[in-house]
Amino acid sequence: MTPVMANILNVVCILVFVVFGAAMLTWVERRILGIWQDRLGPNRVGPGGTLQIVADMIKLLMKEDWVPAFSDKFVFVIAPTIAMFVVVAAFAVIPIAPGIGVVDLNVGLLFFLAMTSLGVYAVMFGAYASDNKYALIGGIRAAAQMVSYEVFMGLSLMGVVMLAGTFDLRQVVLSQQDGWYIFPQFIGAFIFLIAGIAESHRTPFDLPEAEHELTAGFHTEYSGMKFAMFFIGEYVSVLMTSAMITVLFLGGWLGPDFAPPLFWFLLKTIILVFFMILVRGSLPRPRYDQLMSFGWKCMLPLSLVNLVVTGALVLL
Amino acid sequence: MKKKTGLGYQIYLCFDYIYSALVTLWGVFSHTFTKADTVQYPDEQPHLHPRFRGRIVLTKDPSGEERCVACNLCASACPTDCISLQKTEDESGRWLAEYFRINFSRCVYCGLCEEACPTYAIQLTPDFEMAEYERQNMVYEKEHLLIDGPGKQPGYSFYEFSGKAVSGRQKGEGINEAQPVDVKSLLP
Repeated sequence: MTPVMANILNVVCILVFVVFGAAMLTWVERRILGIWQDRLGPNRVGPGGTLQIVADMIKLLMKEDWVPAFSDKFVFVIAPTIAMFVVVAAFAVIPIAPGIGVVDLNVGLLFFLAMTSLGVYAVMFGAYASDNKYALIGGIRAAAQMVSYEVFMGLSLMGVVMLAGTFDLRQVVLSQQDGWYIFPQFIGAFIFLIAGIAESHRTPFDLPEAEHELTAGFHTEYSGMKFAMFFIGEYVSVLMTSAMITVLFLGGWLGPDFAPPLFWFLLKTIILVFFMILVRGSLPRPRYDQLMSFGWKCMLPLSLVNLVVTGALVLL
Repeated sequence: MKKKTGLGYQIYLCFDYIYSALVTLWGVFSHTFTKADTVQYPDEQPHLHPRFRGRIVLTKDPSGEERCVACNLCASACPTDCISLQKTEDESGRWLAEYFRINFSRCVYCGLCEEACPTYAIQLTPDFEMAEYERQNMVYEKEHLLIDGPGKQPGYSFYEFSGKAVSGRQKGEGINEAQPVDVKSLLP
């Protein structure tokens, strides 16, 4: 097989796996939440409910793909595209295992941060184009949330960059051979986890969509496959955040030799995904002034202290 | 009270948020090991207690006679007016329901008819599977409501206990019945 063919295979496999995994995640999440809420969750379609996603896909594809007459049509259509595109693009820099991974940029971490920051455009475009009060409130909340978490999200990762001395994610993993960064960078990992949950707009940071207050927030006017793309985007972003924490703090594919590297990567990612679902099932949603004060008064100072202490230790 | 401010309080608040979040996370996680409360209904029948209030029946006394005496108390107790009946009499003068009709599309299964009934004739049973495709089929006539047994009150027959004279038995001849007291007499 030529290198070009191998690369194409890599890209296609990862893309299919990520999108399929995100789709399956909707079923996994509903089952797991069911377990934690003492109920069963969807278990009727196929063995254990695994084909639930097929039923959901058929339903979403059959739905009328309605663009409201009062909306800004071009922006309305492009918003879900951005939502899905940026997270899938950000997945490109994640090194899954030796030889598996789309691209090894020497600015991989920066590329990741850039792509996730673009995600807020999807929400704000969708909100603006919908010409709907609830959507607009959702969009404003998304912006408010973004300015509060984006800062400490970047800063929390700088500790890892200092220790590894590189922005290349594959090098970051390789430099964890003698110890995962979660131990020296525990605070960084914790802050990044919170920022990652905020980044993927999930409870307790789902202020832009907040079903109970804003009907569905920024995607109130969306239906059919456009709605599905927002959702796939959200679930890919859950996978991506988990994968990023695995790569940056939990040693990526590194693990005991009896299992292949891919197994270790998937295991760590899946445990983190479950943890994010647990967070969703447990914690209430704050008001957005509370979220902003939490971000600016609590998380930002904590990440700055972490940064200063790490920097001092690296210099020593 | 003066509002607390200052760096120390801010740090305390940070840890307080985080601590309470961790406690909640653990509390939810501990539910991994508890059993689901769901009863998967069509596959798995729910347990219905004997006093569950479901489909209404008209019961018969141990001798196989209808218990209902068409007194209309159930119909007047019914909050949704879903019971409709007409009184008639047989040759001996005993009251009977000429027709007895319950519209189950209006019934709220409150059980007030059962409480109002002086003869234990109307009773609610633990059965709720009464879905129909036609609304008209929800109206049950007397022949649909009557069952052969005594329901929740085995051995009870109103006329044996009531102290009412019927043909063949005078007052005071029933079970556990004392002779009627002549209230106009002064004798002990």
